[in-house]
Formats: sequence, structure tokens, C-alpha cells
Amino acid sequence: MQVDRYERYWLWAATGMLVLFTGAIVITALAGSAHPPSHVETVNPETLDISGEFATPGVATAADGSVTVVMRAEFYVFRPEVVRVPLGRAVTFRITSPDVLHGFQIVGTNVNVTVAPGYVSEVTTTFTEPGEYLVVCNEYCGLAHHNMQGTLIVEAEP
Amino acid sequence: MTASLRLVLSHFWVAVAAFGIGSLMAVMQALARAGVQLPFGTASLYYLSVTAHGVLLALVFTTFFIMAIGYLVADTTLGRIAGLGWAWAGFWVALVGTLVTTIAILSGTSTVLYTFYPPLLAHPAFYVGATLLVVGSWIWCGVMIGSHRAWRRGNPAARVPLPWHGMLATVIIWILATTGLAVEVVILILPWSFGLVERIDPIIARTYFWWFGHPLTYFWLVPAYVLWYTLIPRVAGGKLFSDALTRVVFIQFILFSTPVGLHHQFTDPGIASGWKLVHTFTTYAIMFPSLVTAFTVIASLEYAGRARGGTGLFGWIGRLPWRDPFFASVALAMITFALGGFGGAINAAYAMNAMVHNTAWVQGHFHLTVGTAVTLSFMGFSYWMLPRVTGRALVWPRVATLQPYLWFVGMQFFSIPSHIAGLMGMPRRVYTGEFQGVAAAAGWVPLVNLSAVGGLILFVSALCYVGVLVGSMLVMERGPRRAIEYAESLVAPTPGPSVWDRFGVWTAVAVVLIVLAYARPLYHLHTMARFPARGFSPF
Repeated sequence: MQVDRYERYWLWAATGMLVLFTGAIVITALAGSAHPPSHVETVNPETLDISGEFATPGVATAADGSVTVVMRAEFYVFRPEVVRVPLGRAVTFRITSPDVLHGFQIVGTNVNVTVAPGYVSEVTTTFTEPGEYLVVCNEYCGLAHHNMQGTLIVEAEP
Repeated sequence: MTASLRLVLSHFWVAVAAFGIGSLMAVMQALARAGVQLPFGTASLYYLSVTAHGVLLALVFTTFFIMAIGYLVADTTLGRIAGLGWAWAGFWVALVGTLVTTIAILSGTSTVLYTFYPPLLAHPAFYVGATLLVVGSWIWCGVMIGSHRAWRRGNPAARVPLPWHGMLATVIIWILATTGLAVEVVILILPWSFGLVERIDPIIARTYFWWFGHPLTYFWLVPAYVLWYTLIPRVAGGKLFSDALTRVVFIQFILFSTPVGLHHQFTDPGIASGWKLVHTFTTYAIMFPSLVTAFTVIASLEYAGRARGGTGLFGWIGRLPWRDPFFASVALAMITFALGGFGGAINAAYAMNAMVHNTAWVQGHFHLTVGTAVTLSFMGFSYWMLPRVTGRALVWPRVATLQPYLWFVGMQFFSIPSHIAGLMGMPRRVYTGEFQGVAAAAGWVPLVNLSAVGGLILFVSALCYVGVLVGSMLVMERGPRRAIEYAESLVAPTPGPSVWDRFGVWTAVAVVLIVLAYARPLYHLHTMARFPARGFSPF
């Protein structure tokens, strides 16, 4: 196959560009543990409000100081609607849905996870800025999808 | 007019009609989001309209237009479409399917958007109609492959004509893609929507959907590339820079279009991150043929510009026929695709995806890619094709010249604010960007309004497009038809058999890649303890 000289240069440049991109991804994934939220755990969506952690959603602090926020994303509301978490500590959100797909996105951060009935989504982050954050649903879930929002308050500990 | 050309035009006009209706939906959505009080402007009509817009443009317009291109290329490169009766059967099945799905959407019983993620549950007619549309397109695939075989029997040693090479690649991509869709709709969704099965697993359904959803974008893009490679160099007054690399590009799309779908599911639970990383690599591999395309097509244009007397490093650019609506459409489509392509690289970036996933960035992205790189190329092709197929010149040629520039400008106004709003955290697919007046959303509102300005410009452009086509049919007299001629290559393809013409072999390799990419994650999903969900119709 005849390939022009400049064409050959470009093929190498294109290859180099893609190696650079994928290299950056692999290095940040391995060295910085930068992975997308990929928790694998299932839960019965029809008994969420009867038993288990999702019946009483809320914030819990473990003995080692780590914080877990258990939440339900359901038709047009996040439960609890207002969540308070401490500044500068690892916070793990555990979220599921009793009905359709929802999204859980904390505006101004990279917390962004799909919530599906039957599955537990998990995402861990450490907040470095105190203040009030907007939580939005970013997966179409019905006619009031655009009103589905919550509040996250990050507080400096006394 | 020959029987083949009548077939081409029938598909073409269905596509144009779907485009016109879908565009009307679009401008109403853009205005409604900007807070303009439209009659009947409710959330329920908004999401119904989003569903209709997505189905009519992303699925119906594209599929019918691509079937039209396929039959035209078959007729003009192979000399014959084998099985015209089947082709018409496919047309009617697809058209009936389109009508059934459209009625289901307009009735308000199927506001599930064009991604129809379970457990959102639409009226069964929505899925039945969509299935018929795909079955109709499968008949098109059969006719295309049958035409190829018939041609091959008569020309055992000839090289595959280059435009046909690209369209055959499109057919194979479509068959590989719709296999995933068939599993999702026929096996999982249809029995559930008819009430035969009570529950469905949303993540498994999504995984089969995105098996289909990403190669779908190459089903749109490769026919546009066929126009860029095999017509535009000639329209510009030059030749194709490299026949050989073009074939490699089309084959690479067959190989890497499908085993990439998990990059749409980066934020999904239930799928381990390792497989998402594997699909990241294949997604970056599929950028390679597009980067090659950028070189080959621009080199062909430079050759044309210099043949027209252009000199210096950039002097050739001004010599290109910027007043020709087909050329201008494709040139602007290519510029837009450069932006959209790099945005796509960000979407596909494993961890960085979380910054843009399901935000307004995404709607900005695919309006640059399918909404402009593909659609604008098809619009320009319409102006070139219609006079050649019908013998009628274009009425209002100046409107046709202006139209692609309007589309380009309108789309920048629509998409750039969408990208910025997405980076600021605004979700996609929302009726309003106001979020009940919270402070965090205050910055989104002006961007949404700017997008609406873009939407208005786009709608004017869409009216010009449909107006010129319909006006030409109504006003202009039928004259002699001009020949349909493809670009020559600077270096003629080598004679004799070539591995790059062996579609069977490459399809087999593509199937192996799909199995490698999907077997393990799907096996895991199907065998783990799961709790499938009941359907909901919250609309």
C-alpha cells in the first residue's frame, strides 16, 4: 500500500496523540486512583422503605471518623432532602432508587453517578470547600425531572 | 426516472419530512427552556416533544437518509440494485414502523425519550413501531449485501468501488449495532411492555442499548465520510488524496465501532471499572480513523485549491468553492466535527467523564457531531443530489448557498453555551434551567437563553433547507439529468484482490472484538443476584 510521506508523518502524529491521551488516563487511574464510580452491589427496590439501611436514609459517622451518607433518589426528591457533611473528611454516598433511573450530581464537584433500581451506587469524595451545594438529578425520570433537586451543606467542624 | 432513483427519492422525502417535523419540535423546546410562554407550553408537552425530536431526527431522519444514499451509491457504482421488490418492502415496513412510533409518542403515552431506558415504560406501540423501523432497515441491509454479491459474481477480480466500500461498511456496522438493540427490545422490552413479564433489569437493558448506541453514531458518520471522501474532492475541483487509506479507514470503523459502548455507562453501578477502562481504550482507537480522515480530506481540498490557482501556505483555502452549497456544507461540517471530536475525547476519558456526564455538555456535543457534522453534510448532499436525480434545478440557489452558513452559526450559538452550562453543572434534558431560582443555577439561565437564539437561527436554516427542496419540486421544470460522478483518486487503486476489500474477514474480526469486549461484563450481569424492576410511566 502506497502511503505518502506527509501522510505517514500524520499517522505517527495521530498515534502519538492517542497514546498520550490513553497514557494520561492509565497513569491517573493507577497512580491517582481516578476511576469512575463502579460499585457492584444489588438491593431489592421493592422493600427499600421496609427494611435495611435505605429505610432510614441519613448521615452516619464510623468509629474511624469516615462518613457514610445513605440516600434514596426517588420520584422528584432526594431523601434526605438536606444533607450535612463535614469538611475535609472522606464522605461515601450510598444511593439507590425504588422506581426509575435517576442521576446524582453535586454541582461544582466531580460527584456524578447514575442511580438505578436494584443497584447500590457508591461514590466517595472529600470536600475541600465549605458551603451549600446544589444536588441535581441528571437522568430523565418523568415530568418533574427538572424540579428534582437537593441540598448538601459542607460544614467546617468546630 | 428509473425505478432505482424512485426508490432513492422515496427514502429521501421521508427523511426530509421527519427532519422538518423534528426541527419544529426543536425550536419550541429551545424557546420553552428560555422561558418564552408558548401556547400549551407545559412540562408534559416539553418532554413529549424531546422524545419526538430525538426519535424523528436521530433515528428516522438519519436512517431513511442513509438508506437513500445507500441505494443511490449501489445504483451508480454497481449499476444495479438486486431485489427492488424487497427494497420497497423494506421501505414500507420502516415507514409503517415510523408512523406507529410517532403516533404512540404524540398520544402522550410514550414520553420515554429516544433512549427509552427501562424501567420507564412506554405504550407497546412505541417499541413495536421502533422494531418495524429497524426490521425495514435490515431488509435494506439484505438488499445492499445481495446487490454486492450479484456485482461480485459478474466482476470477480475488480476492486470494490470506493463509495460502495464505505456504504458496505455502513451496512455491516448497522447489522453489528442493531444486534444489541434487538436483544434489548425483542427479548427484554417487548414481553415486558405487553405485560407477559413483570420486571426488567435496567442496567442489563442499558448495556444492550449502548452496544447499539455507539456504533449508531458511526452508522450516521460513515455515510457522511463517504460524501467527504468520494464526492467533495470532485465538487472542489480536485481528486481524492489516497484511495488506499480511505479503505483502511472504513474497515477500522467496522472493527472498532461496537466494542466501546461502556464509555456511555461510566457512571453506572453494577459494572466493574476494569471493563470500563477496556472500553476506554477501544474508544480512543476509534478516533484514529477520524484523525486519518481529517488529513486525507483536507489534503484532497488543498490539492483542489492549488489546482484552482491557489498558492502559498494557506492561499488555496480562499480558492475553494465556498459559494457551492454542497462544498460549504461539508467544509463547515468538518470544522464543526473538529470541535465535536475533541469534546468526544473528553466524554470518553474514563474518570474525567464525571465532569460532563449527563450534563448540558452532552447535548452540546451531539449537536456538533450528528446535528452538524452529519446533518449538514446530508443537507449539502441534498442540494447536489436532487437536481441530478430529478432533473430539476434548485429554486432560490442563493438561499441554498446561505443556508449552511446559517446552520453553522446557529449551531455554535446553541452548542457552545450548552458546553459551558454543562461544565457549570447544568443537567441535560431539563424543561428549565432555573432550578427553582437557586443561586447555583443562576449562571445557567443566560446560557440557556443564548442557546435559544441559536435554536431560532437553526430553525430559519431548517426552513430554508426544506423550502428550497420542496420549492424546487413544485416550481422548477424537469430538465436533463446531470451525471452522478465520483471523485477520482490521485493514485489509482492497485488492481487485483486486496485484503481491504475482504468484508467477510473483517466482519469476523469485528465479531471477535465484540465478544472480547462484552462477554465477561454481560456474563457477570446476567449471573449475579439481581432484583429487576417493575415498569413506571411517570408522564
